Amino acid sequence: MSNWIDDRFPATKVWEEHFSKYFAPKNFNFWYYFGGIAVVVLVLQILTGIFLTMHYKPDAQLAFASVEHIMRDVPGGWFIRYMHSTGASLFFVVVYMHMFRGLLYGSFKGPRELVWIIGMVIFVALMAEAFMGYLLPWGNMSYWGAQVIISLFGAIPIIGDGLSEWIRGDFVVSDATLNRFFAFHVILLPLLLALLVYLHIVALHKVGSNNPDGIDVKKHKDENGKPLDAIPFHPYYTVKDMFGLSVFFMLFFGIVFFVPEFGGWFLEKDNFTPANILQTPPDIVPLWYFTPFYSILRAVTWEWLPGGAKLWGVLAMGLSLAMLFLLPWLDRAKVRSIRYRGYMYKTALTIFVIAFVILGYLGTKHPAHIDLFIFENVIWAQVCMVLYFLFFLLMPWYTSRDTSKAEPDRVTG
Amino acid sequence: MKKTVALLLFFYSVAGFAAGSGGLKLDHVNVDLSDTPSLQRGARIFVNFCLSCHSASYMRYNRMAEDLGISDEILRESLMFAADKPGELMESTMPVEDAKKWFGTAPPDLSLVSRSRGPDYIYTYMRSFYLDEGTPSGWNNTVFPNVAMPHAMYEWQGNQRAIFSTDSDGNKTFERFELVKEAELSPEEYDDAMRDLTNFMVYLGEPAKLVRYRYGFWVMMFMLLLIGLTYFLKKEFWRDVH
Repeated sequence: MSNWIDDRFPATKVWEEHFSKYFAPKNFNFWYYFGGIAVVVLVLQILTGIFLTMHYKPDAQLAFASVEHIMRDVPGGWFIRYMHSTGASLFFVVVYMHMFRGLLYGSFKGPRELVWIIGMVIFVALMAEAFMGYLLPWGNMSYWGAQVIISLFGAIPIIGDGLSEWIRGDFVVSDATLNRFFAFHVILLPLLLALLVYLHIVALHKVGSNNPDGIDVKKHKDENGKPLDAIPFHPYYTVKDMFGLSVFFMLFFGIVFFVPEFGGWFLEKDNFTPANILQTPPDIVPLWYFTPFYSILRAVTWEWLPGGAKLWGVLAMGLSLAMLFLLPWLDRAKVRSIRYRGYMYKTALTIFVIAFVILGYLGTKHPAHIDLFIFENVIWAQVCMVLYFLFFLLMPWYTSRDTSKAEPDRVTG
Repeated sequence: MKKTVALLLFFYSVAGFAAGSGGLKLDHVNVDLSDTPSLQRGARIFVNFCLSCHSASYMRYNRMAEDLGISDEILRESLMFAADKPGELMESTMPVEDAKKWFGTAPPDLSLVSRSRGPDYIYTYMRSFYLDEGTPSGWNNTVFPNVAMPHAMYEWQGNQRAIFSTDSDGNKTFERFELVKEAELSPEEYDDAMRDLTNFMVYLGEPAKLVRYRYGFWVMMFMLLLIGLTYFLKKEFWRDVH
């Protein structure tokens, strides 16, 4: 049977290349769980999404009620819906951890530049997917969030207003917007994400996985040509990932069953009121995973800039994402892993993470309030924005001057 | 393993931290969805008072009856004033156009108020109506100033006056209420009734809440077992590595 298939389709070959004979470094630690978890969450989002579309109505008159219909009248509907809403937030938790792993161990450095770039495209696609999905419940925060974000395109000179109108399909967010966002959310972006994840893994398996020591495990091989410090992905990492997934699912279902709103961080209070064009919520706040970038957008308040502050805010937000794409070429260090880097990169990364977290926190607060200390939130956001950009802009300078330690010859466990 | 537990704890503590809110201080209400008699009493108040003007149009009568252990006869006799069939949605009897004429605004649907405002808000709001000759209805509310809604349960609570203190800048701050007309219920009885109503409205906001904690407990037990199992499976498979 297997011969019959293998003569016609490379089933065994693919299995061996990507699982049973794909050699992964044996020293993966905690941070290496998240890639696999991200794939599982994507699958879960697609599956729960399919069931939601069976009962959801992408119609401005019916959308809100259809979600409540799912929550009340559809057997197990609330469970499917909470898995989807929790999955959305945890997808970002997992992806942020996965990206931070890259920063820790230099996984973006050569020869893995394309793995990183494709990963960044996935991140941007995921942001678009989440943004469009958030409109679908047609709650008041859904509505006003979309209104605010789409109007950002209006800041672009000359074509701005026409562009945002074209995106909405109307002068305001309306039924037309809801319908097209539904189409993008359930067809275009999931297809794109699946394709990108496939490319991400193909690119990774071409160059091989990095590891916490950041060294090349293919340098030392036994007489059969197997790397000494690597083990087959299956069964070693499949069983290890099963453990990681179990812990993740404990957290995941803990939220689904006990705190699905997660104190307003995963499901916002204002989104339990139907969209109302006449009633703006007191604070229009995107969900937590967008707030670091939203903070950067709002931090640019200098109206004297040519074209106005809003335009530069949008540009700054775009640039903050673009910087991440450039990472493989900004980093001049000779070693990959933080374990063998000098104090300069360690300090810079620490400051970067703190600035990113504070930006995220401030994105949920009113800019004119004082939630940290002494200064208004907007001042702190500006400070953190500068630190965010300095991490990237100064990187060629500090990474080439940093005093790195000697890398070991073999992995250190 | 210890690290994982610490991380989990941290994660959940964030959820609690985020739940706080600013504004007027609300009275805390003890919500307990396992208290079925309270939910039943709350349902009765809701249907008798609230449903005259408001709707709960995402909720069906028979679902409520089933969840709260109310028999078909009792449902039809004393809870279904505005519907013919138990499978109907809990719509209001008052036409929206009339409501706009009488109150200046359509009474909002109440299905999800416990989720958009929170239980403490409902509990405090229902106990904070006071006489005010300056409003069209003659009533005002400290939780929702100048609300269009008149006090629906004044016969139960009695009429109360609000005492404000005025500071040197002329800003008025609410101090306390003063009962000016005796009521059918004592203040304690009224508070209990409003607690029942709030309890019911929390159920109304999310009927799944009645079951999800129970399911969640067994899912957590299963996940613990799975974590243990996969942990030792991994250990066994990795014995020859290093």
